[in-house]
Amino acid sequence: MAKSHVTTSINGQPQEFLCEPGDTLLDVLRNDLNLTGTKEGCGSGDCGACSVTLNGRLVCSCLVLGVEVEGAEVGTIEGVSTGDGLHVIQEKFLEHAALQCGICTPGLIVSAKALLEENPNPTEEEARYYLAGNLCRCTGYDKIIKAVMDSAETLRGVA
Amino acid sequence: MSEAQEFKYIGQRTIRPDGFDKVTGRATYGADLTLPGMIWGKTLRSPHAHAKILSIDTSKAEAHPDVMSVATFKDFVSLQSESVAGTEDAAGVLDVARNCLADDKVLYHGHAIAAIAARTESAAKDALALIDVKYELLPAVMDVEDAMKEDSSVLHDDMFTAGYDEKPSKASNIATRVEMKMGDVEAGFAEADVIVEREFRTPTAHQGYIEPHACTVTYDENGQSMVWCCTQGHFDVRTLTAKVLGMELGKLKVIASEIGGGFGGKTVIYQEPVALVLSKKSGRPVKMVMDRDEVFIATGPTSAAKLKAKVGVKKDGTITAMQGWMAYEAGAFKGSPMVPGVMTMFTPYDCPNVLVEGFDVVVNKSKVAAYRAPGAPQAEYAAEMVVNELAELLGMDPIDLRLKNAAKEGTQTIYGPKLKRVGLVECLEAAKNSPHYLSPLPEGQGRGLASGFWFNIGGQSSVSVNMNPDGTGTIVEGSPDIGGSRASMQMMAAEVLQIEPKNLKPIIADTENLPYSQGTGGSRTTFATGMAVIEASEKVVAQVKERAAAVWNVTAEQVEYADGVARNTAGEDSMTLAEVCKNAEKTGGQISGNANINARGAGPSFAVHICDVAVDKETGKVDVTRYTAIQDAGKAIHPGYVEGQLQGGAVQGIGWALNEEYVFNADGVMENPGFLDYRIPLASDLPMIETITVEVPNAFHPYGVRGVGETGIIPPLGAVGYAVGNAIDRKVEELPCSPPRVLALIQNG
Repeated sequence: MAKSHVTTSINGQPQEFLCEPGDTLLDVLRNDLNLTGTKEGCGSGDCGACSVTLNGRLVCSCLVLGVEVEGAEVGTIEGVSTGDGLHVIQEKFLEHAALQCGICTPGLIVSAKALLEENPNPTEEEARYYLAGNLCRCTGYDKIIKAVMDSAETLRGVA
Repeated sequence: MSEAQEFKYIGQRTIRPDGFDKVTGRATYGADLTLPGMIWGKTLRSPHAHAKILSIDTSKAEAHPDVMSVATFKDFVSLQSESVAGTEDAAGVLDVARNCLADDKVLYHGHAIAAIAARTESAAKDALALIDVKYELLPAVMDVEDAMKEDSSVLHDDMFTAGYDEKPSKASNIATRVEMKMGDVEAGFAEADVIVEREFRTPTAHQGYIEPHACTVTYDENGQSMVWCCTQGHFDVRTLTAKVLGMELGKLKVIASEIGGGFGGKTVIYQEPVALVLSKKSGRPVKMVMDRDEVFIATGPTSAAKLKAKVGVKKDGTITAMQGWMAYEAGAFKGSPMVPGVMTMFTPYDCPNVLVEGFDVVVNKSKVAAYRAPGAPQAEYAAEMVVNELAELLGMDPIDLRLKNAAKEGTQTIYGPKLKRVGLVECLEAAKNSPHYLSPLPEGQGRGLASGFWFNIGGQSSVSVNMNPDGTGTIVEGSPDIGGSRASMQMMAAEVLQIEPKNLKPIIADTENLPYSQGTGGSRTTFATGMAVIEASEKVVAQVKERAAAVWNVTAEQVEYADGVARNTAGEDSMTLAEVCKNAEKTGGQISGNANINARGAGPSFAVHICDVAVDKETGKVDVTRYTAIQDAGKAIHPGYVEGQLQGGAVQGIGWALNEEYVFNADGVMENPGFLDYRIPLASDLPMIETITVEVPNAFHPYGVRGVGETGIIPPLGAVGYAVGNAIDRKVEELPCSPPRVLALIQNG
């Protein structure tokens, strides 16, 4: 089948790619653009390891087709830290030991960033429900939630 | 070691050295390696739970232009020439090979039959439909009751139950029977005032790591090959893969990628030898990544089990006898963790009269793999539920009942040795004084408590500490880091070398850069590999002293080393570690220390968990409202990652107790092979998991480490199970306490 040509923007940079009609955005990111920070845990939208933003909205990139991002703005984990340092959420994940194996971490950080952009002052319950689409099997979520709540506080202080 | 050592670096909450790559997406996991010319492999899997393979026709697939190579069991050439009725080891390898690709039978839904490599992953997947397999269906044997019947359909007609004095005359699905005993249980029960006996069931549950199994391999014309994969033990991947393919170890290099969770499930091989066959036949690098449904149907899980526990107690709370029975599903090939189940079941109790009988039973499910304290959660669940019921019947606090009978230094275990110094009593006392236990139970909720025991293991670890000319260094270890162990290696080396941890970079070497190192499992890495790190670092210190002594023209004994500085006790001279390293060129060459050890003296880790639940009486849904995990770490090298192990273990156990189970249809086909229907805990399901880290040092480790990875998954089954029963005033016997099961208990009593 003929490949489609797609023009998009990834982490603020213009990007063109060719993809099969059935390729997901996740396939394109990982296999064609070598952006392997976005992980595949299930391929069915259940685990959140492939979380990215599409025009600012949090999505599972395994549920988006590559051809759908024509003209869109895609944000991945590779774009979270910009310039010379880590994003506050990344720092807080390290400080709080909020990762063990780390496979869910890119998706969780992308999701946590989306949460705090939508709601800079979430309750613990709001954070837990917003991040319910990101499975972590190692930590029991305790330290992740603490890192996110601490990030929220720090970011509010900065703003 | 003595109690209460003073530490300079141990016990700090340092930033893990691999963390930066992990929060930025740079860390490379099993599926993240791409090589020039690489093609993709996919696996054809059995749609049937039990069938004879009459024929496999791959000719159409081979003729397809997208297909580069095809693999079936026939490609494991060397095995076919090996006698099936050989040594125990040979039979084991044959089972491993037959699990990687089916031989003459498929033994479970999802059993791999053939694999195809093609230019793209989707082309490989599409081409699987071109393989024609003819089956003769056989009855599926899906639980231990069925499997143990005299007239059951038999999975392996060459399997005779081991463990009886005489070899049985008839093939059976019971691979092994084990009995362990001490004292006289009959006499013990005769002394008891109260006896409780109950039967329990636990479901087939999966480790549930988020990263699917993945590998990228190459096989060159000279027979040199490379496997990059996510594994808990790359040296063991090398051993098993080499055996399946009849290769020399020196021709197979295995590189451990970063690993996205394992919990015991990544200690075995599935795709690695298959991918090498595909690579050899195509002349291309091959990548294989499992889909999530493949992970569920064809890897892990842990044993479903049927168990009985009977415990007798005097009115004053003295336990007089404990008796257990268990049958564990092994899956398609023998080797369930029944034996550790037998060993651990009653070990938290100091009771003279114990008898436990266990059976390892094959069924038509995927071969079980280790899962965090393999075998212990099921067995100890049964024991803890009965002990809790006895406490209730006696009107005794469940912690007091446990304290009265707690295993301690000198307690005789059923499996042989007496316990050395252990921390169960300290954990029980910490539980009793915990904010959680001291808080009244909210109206309408239920509370449960359980203890847990796991041995922990030592084993072989190889480490090299290499110093750079500027005084920084590299810690080269062979134990894949799943939960932050590089941070603890860094701190232990820093403690010996007395320099900042950040000046030491820990790396996981491949199989060609270090001698054999056992995998990360058995809670062994911080204990055993940590011991090797300490020993290797001590050798660096010894060399530093020698080099400084040579410069000062004194003996090494006259040099003291402290705070990163060598001092001449016979004069005024001093040199920093960095100065000695800078000078190394002139004093005899560069400085490094290595230690290849087989660590003995692993210290058992005991835990106590407390759980409160609220049950929705209309739907049967259970919410954990408060949870506390207390565990003896011996010494917490990095307290944050120790807490993480306690919390992670607790939550996996909560998932096992509340929701996780394989659902099969009447034909033995798994109906819920995805995270939507096999429901592991979500952030929104849980409260914060409170932790108390108890530190009763292990005398056999220089810093007192016991290892903490596994014990935490044991107590939740009993703590959650009992809490649910307490909330609804019913006896819980079968896990998980999923809404339909809890609702049925509420409605039917």
